[in-house]
Amino acid sequence: MSDKQKKATAYWKENVKYLFILLTIWFLVSYGAGILFKNALDSIKIGGFKLGFWFAQQGSIYVFVILIFVYVHLMNKLDKKYGYNE
Amino acid sequence: MSVQIWTYLLVGITFALYIGIAIWSRAGSTKDFYVAGGGVSPLANGMATAADWMSAASFISMAGIIAFAGYDGSVYLMGWTGGYVLLALLLAPYLRKFGKFTVPDFIGDRYYSKTARIVAVICALIVSFTYVAGQMRGVGVVFSRFLEVDINTGVIIGMIIVLFYAVLGGMKGITYTQVAQYCVLIFAFMVPAIFISIQMTGNPIPQLGMGSKLSDGSATFLLDKLDGLSTELGFNAYTDGTKSIADVFAITLALMVGTAGLPHVIVRFFTVKRVKDARKSAGLALLLIAILYTTAPAVSVFARTNMIKTVSEKEYSEMPAWFTNWETTGLLTFEDKNKDGKIQYVADANKNELIVDRDIMVLANPEIANLPPWVIALVAAGGLAAALSTAAGLLLVISASVSHDLIKKVFKPNISDKGELWAARMAATVAVVIAGYFGINPPGFVAAVVALAFGLAAASFFPAIVLGIFYKKMNKEGAIAGMVVGTLLMLFYMTKFKFDWFGGGTSEDWWFGISPEGFGSIAMVVNFLVSITIMKFTPPPPENVQEIVEDIRIPSGAGEATDH
Repeated sequence: MSDKQKKATAYWKENVKYLFILLTIWFLVSYGAGILFKNALDSIKIGGFKLGFWFAQQGSIYVFVILIFVYVHLMNKLDKKYGYNE
Repeated sequence: MSVQIWTYLLVGITFALYIGIAIWSRAGSTKDFYVAGGGVSPLANGMATAADWMSAASFISMAGIIAFAGYDGSVYLMGWTGGYVLLALLLAPYLRKFGKFTVPDFIGDRYYSKTARIVAVICALIVSFTYVAGQMRGVGVVFSRFLEVDINTGVIIGMIIVLFYAVLGGMKGITYTQVAQYCVLIFAFMVPAIFISIQMTGNPIPQLGMGSKLSDGSATFLLDKLDGLSTELGFNAYTDGTKSIADVFAITLALMVGTAGLPHVIVRFFTVKRVKDARKSAGLALLLIAILYTTAPAVSVFARTNMIKTVSEKEYSEMPAWFTNWETTGLLTFEDKNKDGKIQYVADANKNELIVDRDIMVLANPEIANLPPWVIALVAAGGLAAALSTAAGLLLVISASVSHDLIKKVFKPNISDKGELWAARMAATVAVVIAGYFGINPPGFVAAVVALAFGLAAASFFPAIVLGIFYKKMNKEGAIAGMVVGTLLMLFYMTKFKFDWFGGGTSEDWWFGISPEGFGSIAMVVNFLVSITIMKFTPPPPENVQEIVEDIRIPSGAGEATDH
């Protein structure tokens, strides 16, 4: 394997690791908090919101937005580290 | 000034704006026409994507659906936003690096096969036509209620406007009109929401107002009040659902994956300059979409509470003007079953006297809350902006599928750039006419086929694209088999339970208790399994294709979107 290929493989591995972590959070807030554990979380109340209901109609969406911007930030750093930025 | 004059004024100004932008940004080459020249800034692309994505369904119908479905409506909120995470992380950057014009371009090249390309074109056409018919209908509804013209005249006016800027400007014209349309639609959605939030809870931020106490001095939380009102009338508590957990899970997944697989959304990320711009503009798009999507559930709560308070057990003769206005459109009907002159709005269908079409909740909301006429007119202009921007984006996918993917890549490879541009404009014109026809004569199955569009996008494109990027060894045999099996399975399930083909069936016969709306997620999993199994028994993709895959994984050197 040439150096260039090694670099590309290492970059890809880190990228996939980030995806795995971010998508786990993505799954937990929507399918976890908003659906599977909704009823359990509903026993907790914050203001007028039952927590599970809040995750399903509000919280998960906020987290989605944050996730993408975290991803953008991580990838820009990663691109720089491997010299793929332009 | 009356609502009517305000509406003419605001709709007239916004339409003039869209046409002005279209003339200023008309397309000179196929590259302008398909990908806006490839130099759109991430913010402009984010706004255009948001307007493209938020259709008449998001603007007009969604809050109404949630108002009546309560927690069950969450599937749309999570499904239609969560898909952008998949899009940003799994698709957009790589497809931008790949650097072609359309989704079938990617499928055709990555799977080195004309068959794969044609399968992708057919899926893209079915998905887009399904969608566009619904948009034209939305235009017609807004026109007929607010400008008091006939629905069909409304559809024709909408057709002419879209035709003008889609055919003239292509992607370039559409992108910049969509930027303007985003501003109009978000302003139009937020203003009444803020007004009503202040009215009901004293909190100017609807997202917080929804969880606040009522300002009528009762010191009850709004959501508790609504839960109480709903159960009193025999409905489900608003914050609890009626659907099974498995079904909510499946529908949310199908909508998310379908969103990520919709060609008119994906194609937007071909228009930016660099891979990092594609990532960033996906984030901006979702941020801009989230403003509406987190406000919509608040609007639902306000509207449902207001409606129950206004009508329940009240004298029919004392109903406000909006009630009669909507009665004349037939979207709201009252039948005094027990002849007491009062309106009984209850869950029991035998005793319920009021039927409200869920599509009118957002449009009627400002009237129900007694807001000034200009706010009501603004909502009409916003609804039109939402419907027109989505229709234009879809028409572009349709015309590119025909002129680029079929004519240029399959039938007539040596066509000149000018000839192709001409073909693209012809295709867009024909598509507008067909869409208008469906808008005037809506097929009764529109609601059913919109779910089908998401199911199909989930069952066909998403696995093929993801495997194409993340699984170097995926070959054409696997991908084609997966797309064909996934699509056919989805069509079979949909037609069986929606149109009663293949013996039909009721909700008791659903496989694993999954509704047709959620079945796209099952069909998607089947697509993945079939693709991988077939791949194991067939030859690996050629060396140069594996090199393409390695190349799209590296963000640098994206260059511009090119033809070859």
